[in-house]
Order: sequence, then structure tokens, then C-alpha cells
Amino acid sequence: MTRDNRGTTRNYISRRHVLAALGTGASVVAMPWIARAADDTIRIGFPTPLTGPFAAEAKDQVKSAELAVKQFNDKGGVNGRKVELLVRDDKLNGGEAATRTLELIEKDKVHAIVGSLSSAVQLAVNEVTRARGVLYVSISQSDTINEVKDFSKYTFHEALNPTMTAGAVARHAFKKGTKVAHLVADYAYGHEMLRGFKRAQAAIGAETVGEIMHPFGAADYSTFMPRLRSMRADVLCISNFGRDQANSIKQAVDFGLKQQSKIVVPVLLHNQRLAVSPEVFEGVVGGSNYYWGLESQLPSAKAFNDAYRAANGGAIPTDYGAYGYTGVSSLLQAMQVAGGTDTDKVIAALEALKYDVAKGPQYYRKCDHQSVQSVLVLESKKKADMKGDSDLFSILANDAPSAIVLRSCTELGFPA
Amino acid sequence: MDTELILMQLFSGVALGAILVITALGLSIIFGMLGVVNFAHGALFMVGAYAGLWVASLTGSFWWGLLVAPIMIGMFGMLIEYFLIRPLYGRSIDDPLLLTFGLSYILVEGVRIVFGSDGIPFPTPTLLTGVVDLGVGFFPIYRIFVVGVVFLVVVLLWLGLEKTKFGLIVRAGARDPTMMKVLGVDISKVWLLVFGLGVGLASLGGVLSGPMRSVNPEMGALVLAEAFVVTVIGGLGSLVGSIIAGLLVGVVISMTALFAPEMATIVMFALMAIVLLIRPQGLFGKLA
Repeated sequence: MTRDNRGTTRNYISRRHVLAALGTGASVVAMPWIARAADDTIRIGFPTPLTGPFAAEAKDQVKSAELAVKQFNDKGGVNGRKVELLVRDDKLNGGEAATRTLELIEKDKVHAIVGSLSSAVQLAVNEVTRARGVLYVSISQSDTINEVKDFSKYTFHEALNPTMTAGAVARHAFKKGTKVAHLVADYAYGHEMLRGFKRAQAAIGAETVGEIMHPFGAADYSTFMPRLRSMRADVLCISNFGRDQANSIKQAVDFGLKQQSKIVVPVLLHNQRLAVSPEVFEGVVGGSNYYWGLESQLPSAKAFNDAYRAANGGAIPTDYGAYGYTGVSSLLQAMQVAGGTDTDKVIAALEALKYDVAKGPQYYRKCDHQSVQSVLVLESKKKADMKGDSDLFSILANDAPSAIVLRSCTELGFPA
Repeated sequence: MDTELILMQLFSGVALGAILVITALGLSIIFGMLGVVNFAHGALFMVGAYAGLWVASLTGSFWWGLLVAPIMIGMFGMLIEYFLIRPLYGRSIDDPLLLTFGLSYILVEGVRIVFGSDGIPFPTPTLLTGVVDLGVGFFPIYRIFVVGVVFLVVVLLWLGLEKTKFGLIVRAGARDPTMMKVLGVDISKVWLLVFGLGVGLASLGGVLSGPMRSVNPEMGALVLAEAFVVTVIGGLGSLVGSIIAGLLVGVVISMTALFAPEMATIVMFALMAIVLLIRPQGLFGKLA
């Protein structure tokens, strides 16, 4: 019976049918614009490391970006055009990110790219978007992306950069004569943060008593501890990211280093604080682009938190997550002003844009397209002082947005 | 460079080596007796840490987690041997290797689904928090405790293998399984227990590591690589080799961390390459 059925089906599919089907398929592949022609949806590609050691931060980025898209669509889209977010896993790998980005541009015909999380991976995305002349809003810390040799007029850097972050932290944690020991992850992020701290130290007059580079992704830091202790520093400055941050701080505390030195990090990560107990992070100071607790002083933060809570079952947005929201929102606002997706018009609109969607006023500096924005300095709370499970940090400072904390345009290599 | 710092660094190396020993032992026992290259070893280490955390949070005591989780996961290991690995005996060595490789992905993904992909805190037991003055520097009490546990496990293992009838059967079974069958020994039962023991050791390593590192689904990946390096340096299947090589690798990493910290991870692979060039069978391995 089954065999008979299969026989008849086979007879129905004639050679002519197959050829016709193949022909249609091939033409769709070869000329995708035909299939897309009637569709005026604005498509935004979003590569981010959904798997790997930064997965927790990446998932928050996606949720926040989706919220921004939803808010625009609920209001009728950008000038009547619907917005669609195309999320891709870049696996925290430059090659993978470049391939996915190219696919998003060539196959999915996206109008802009937002995303990536890692200084090195975002430079890989930047290479592709620069070559293809596609808009890119990058949402991960980097100093090199601002410099003239990596600059792309299509790229806008929404995230903080190490100069701003390390500078803000250093101004609050270091004084003249402070002895600083550095433990640094041996890759682009760590190196850039170290440069940022040293630049700030030189201005303040704080002295470096030693620096140790640790391999990226190390699980055990015990072998670095005796030397860090022997440096007798006032401040132990740990420049690494993701799980490396949780592991290295935990082990430094296990070895009793907190009794000797104050622990400072460039970026105090919400998710990593959650991955270890409050006792471990207690008193650790670090910078941040966003903390949900801003809502008590900022109406835009309150609005963002409330919308995020409503969309995610009461969860609160995190630091790196917020980049997804501010990055996508600023881009869509500029598209609205530009009246569409014409690249040059959107660039002009982004350069002129003043926006406040979550963390107070922001704008993109014209020469390097760096988002000038507030920088938070946070301190991890004692368990006894926490009013709830998500009451993690107290805000020590909220440095107002100012281009003075950035390297100047000439310093970055741009013509004066 | 003062002597105090070098002595401290030596001690840190031995303590780190102890952790390497416990992770490598299970891998080595399973390979030595069963000829199975267990690629799920790292994942089972991770599952052990989660099991320990789970039991500890249910009972409110780290000690129950430390005791119960390895037994629980060891029994889980026996199920793996019975249902998945046993049908592959007699086939090429690649088959169980591929099977355990796939299994490791399933375990990692399973833990992600149940516990989430973010890390979970595993607090150090209150009794063992703090540091102790060694005379040349301070060292966490918990890490000294870990060295003690590893030492105890090694002694028990040695006694079990050298002084009991079961140990005799295990050692004989590793040399000549066919002869053991002819003599009427149920060798498949021995292999079941040995596999369970190896997996139990992996999960004991996981529970012990929990309070030193945060617990997350990917924590086993690096451990698997380290355990392989140690067993290869020590000689595949040699227990003494695993112990000596584990301590050696720990001290080499620690000394490298003192003089060229960014090389601290890569140095163990360099050491492995050098050992393989000079002595391809490993320090204590026998030539095939």
C-alpha cells in the first residue's frame, strides 16, 4: 500500500515540474531582490555571541534590542515601515562574525548592522561593514574602533570606550601617590583597559607597582596571587571580562588580597556579580554604562526599565543588555529623521542626533562617531545593605557626558 | 626575586597540581582498564559540580554535597557504561571516543536547559574560609583542604588496587581480559565498577573545584584538556604517572606564572610536546 502510494507520487512529480521548481528556486537565490521587492520592512542584522563565555551578556543584548524594535513597531514603525531584527550567533569568533555579517548583508539585505560583543570581534564586523558601505552601530568597548586607521564613516560606536571607562574609574579610585597593581587579560580588551588606566594614572600621579598579564579564559588564578600580594599595592586593578572577572575576583578574595588592597575593575558586570556571592564582590568598584538603579534619578531609565520588565516577566535590564537598546533606538530614531534607510542621510541624521532613551542625554561625536554619554562608577553592595536580589550596586558617581574625557580628534589621527 | 616568593609559588604549584591529579586520575583509570578514551570526562566534572551544589543546597551542607554527588554521578557513569559504551567493546577505539564526545555536548546542553547558562555561586564552606599563614605567605584554608582530600583519595585508591582481591582482578583484567574470562571472572562487572569509579573521581574534582571557581556549564572544557595533558605526560593508563605528572604540571605552571605569566596556560602544552619528543610513551607509560 505504502509502496503504491510512493509510486504514484513519483509519477506526479514529472521532470518538467522539477525543472520548473529548480528554475524558480535558482532565480530566487540569484535575484533575491525580486522576492524582497514588495517588502519595505527595515531589516537590522544583530550578530552577537549567543554561545560561549559571554552568552549571558549577549542574551541580554538581544532582549533589549528586541524591546527597542517592538516599541517602534507598536508606534507604527519608522515612518510607517515595520522593523525586523535578525539575530545571528557569532560564537565570539571574528571569522564567524564576519561570515554572518556578510550573509546578513548579501542574503538578508539588511539595512544596518547592530551588535557584537568583544573588542576583536567587533573589529571583524567593522571590516565587513566598512568594505560594503553598510551602517554599523557597535555596542562593545573598544578604543581602536575610534582611531583613524580603523575608522569607518558607516560605523557609530554606541558603547563606552576603555579611555572613558578606565578614566572615570581611575578618577574616583586613585589619588596622587596611590600604588596600583594590574592583573590584565592578555588580549585586546585587557590591553586597551590597561592603556586607559595608565593614561589616567599619569594625569593623577598614581604609580604602577606591577602588572601581570593572565591568559584569556583562565580558570585558576592562584599562581598569580603570591606575586600580586608581594607588590603591596593600595589598589588591585583587574582588567578582564565575563567569567574571567568572577573567577579572578573570587580567587583574589580567597587569597586575602582584599584585606591588603582595594579591588577595582574597569567594568563591574551585573551578571558576573550574580555568578558569585555578594560577600566576594563586596566593596569592589568599577565603571558601567548602565545600572537599573538609575531609575530613581532618571525618567528615561525608569521608562526603559518598566518597558523591559513588562516584556520580560519582571526581569531588569543589565549593563551590556542596555547597549542593545540604546544602539538600536538611536539608529531607528536617525532613520525616522532621515525619512528612510538611505545610508548617507542616516549618517547625517546620526551625526546630528541628540537622544536620551535610557541613561540621560547622548550624542555621537562627529570626528570618530563615538557616543558621548554619562559614565557610572558603581560599588558592589554588602549583603546586609541589599534591599532585594537585584539591588547589587550603589552609584558612587554619574559623570555627565563630556567630550573632554575622550581622546581628542587630533590625538586619534583625524585632521584638525 | 626573594626565596619566600619562590617557596610560595612552589606551594601554589603543588596545590594546583593536586586539582590536576584528581581530574587526571579518573581519565587515566578508565583508559588504563577499559581502553576507552572518555571525552565526556570534562562534562562529567561539570555535572559533578552542579550535583554537589544541588545536594548542598538541598541539605544545607557542603559535606553532603561532597560525599553524595560523586556517588550519584558515579552511578550515572555506570548507566552510561552499561547502556552506551558496552555495546561498543570490541570495535575500534574511535567509537567510544566519538560516543563520549557527543555525550559531552548533550550533558552541557542539558545543564544549560536545567540550570541556565549563567554561572551559579558555590560558596566556600564556612569552616574552611579564610587564609592561613604558612610562614612564607598566606594561603587559603580551602585549597589546603583540597590537597588533603586528594592525598586521601590517592592513598585509598592505591590501597584498593594493591591490597584487595578486587584490585588484583582489576589489574589482571587490564593486562589480559580474555584470560580472566577463561578463569571464570565476570569481567564486564569489573569494567562497570571501574567506569563508575573514574566518573565518580571526575565529579569529586568538580565538587572540590566549585568553591574555587564559579560553577558554569562550560567549566569542564578546559579541565578535559588539562586532564589529557597530564595523562599523556604521565603515560596513558599509568596511575603513578598521572600523580607525578599532575604535580609536575602544577609546579611548572606556577613557576611560569612567576616569570612569564601570559604563558601560564600554554606552558603545559609545551611541556607535553617536549615529553612526547623525548619519551613518546610518557614518563611512566609502557611502549605498546
